[in-house]
Amino acid sequence: MESKTGQKKDMRSYRLVTALSVLAILMTLMVKISAHSGSAAFDPKDKKVSTVHSKKDSVKSVEAFSKVYSVLMSPRCVNCHPAGDVPLQGDDSHLHAMLPQRGKDGKGILTMKCTNCHQSENTLGTHTPPGNPNWHLPPADMKMVFEGKSARELAKQLVDPAQNGHKDMKALIDHADDDLVLWGWEPGDGRTLPPLSHKEFKEAWITWLKNGAYAP
Amino acid sequence: MATTNLKINGKEYSVDVDPSTPLLWVLRDHLNLVGTKYGCGVAACGACVVHLEGEAVRSCVTKINRAAGKEVVTIEGLSEHGDHPLQKAWEQVDVPQCGYCQSGQIMSAAVLLREIPNPTDEDIDLAMTGNICRCGTYLRIREAIHLAAEIQTKLK
Ligand code: FES
Ligand code: FES
Repeated sequence: MESKTGQKKDMRSYRLVTALSVLAILMTLMVKISAHSGSAAFDPKDKKVSTVHSKKDSVKSVEAFSKVYSVLMSPRCVNCHPAGDVPLQGDDSHLHAMLPQRGKDGKGILTMKCTNCHQSENTLGTHTPPGNPNWHLPPADMKMVFEGKSARELAKQLVDPAQNGHKDMKALIDHADDDLVLWGWEPGDGRTLPPLSHKEFKEAWITWLKNGAYAP
Repeated sequence: MATTNLKINGKEYSVDVDPSTPLLWVLRDHLNLVGTKYGCGVAACGACVVHLEGEAVRSCVTKINRAAGKEVVTIEGLSEHGDHPLQKAWEQVDVPQCGYCQSGQIMSAAVLLREIPNPTDEDIDLAMTGNICRCGTYLRIREAIHLAAEIQTKLK
């Protein structure tokens, strides 16, 4: 009996020690994560930024960005943010047939202007040109490439005004409701939707930004 | 159905069609301007290129309401007597094989020559990349565009 009670006590203290060590490991990890992502993508000294986000939560921010990233890397977004000067097409993001060029203003060149085929709305049917009144790629002097970017690279780029089209925090938040961004959720026949609804995306986007826009 | 007023090759037209009817349908089926061809119907071949306010649009996906009140030029109106530098060069080089793609090719080339009067091979390839020729007359097209550029320069 005595030895059994002794064994029970041993087990209890063993469990306590295990629980405490797990807790300690978790706390170390949390400190490490926040230290690692300590490079907030936004400069906290930037006045435009600090007026908007009052609280910062690196864990929440990074968590939200993983959702944002899954949307931005979906074909509906990445196809018009190519690494080269030819837009991408289709759910497999292949080079756009006919190889139209970006052009200086992102609206094509010569006979191959975007709006020569892309109308102000989607053309009916599959394999027809999608459309929006403002159909374009980013311009040549601000390419805002998504294709091939890691989550960390993209997060940093998105909040750098020198690389994001000179957007401040307010403009970034507003961008979630940009007409061409919204097109991603109404892409016309035969095109898959981004992995999150627009509401979920916008929520994650704002959570990421307002919690310090940490780069994972 | 709705009445749409159009200006094509300098002439005024009025057509009573659904506003979403493609311009190509109106040109061919309502106005008998059949120089512009139907190839794919999905903006993928270039056979239907016409000029809308000077841009080389694909009329198969351009709804008629987009063209309302705007300046449209088709192959029939590129020049008064069929003597645009491109048309002369096309004849001289004897570009067409079956001919089906050629009005689209010429209408695209006309925009190129207006923007770049002396295009290089690279300019030509970039501008003509959206016009497919199933007979493969690409090399003659390129040659004729160079020749048209010369003719155009001499005319100035
Ligand atoms: S018929 Fe219009 S591009 Fe082919
Ligand atoms: S000449 Fe036959 S398709 Fe071009």
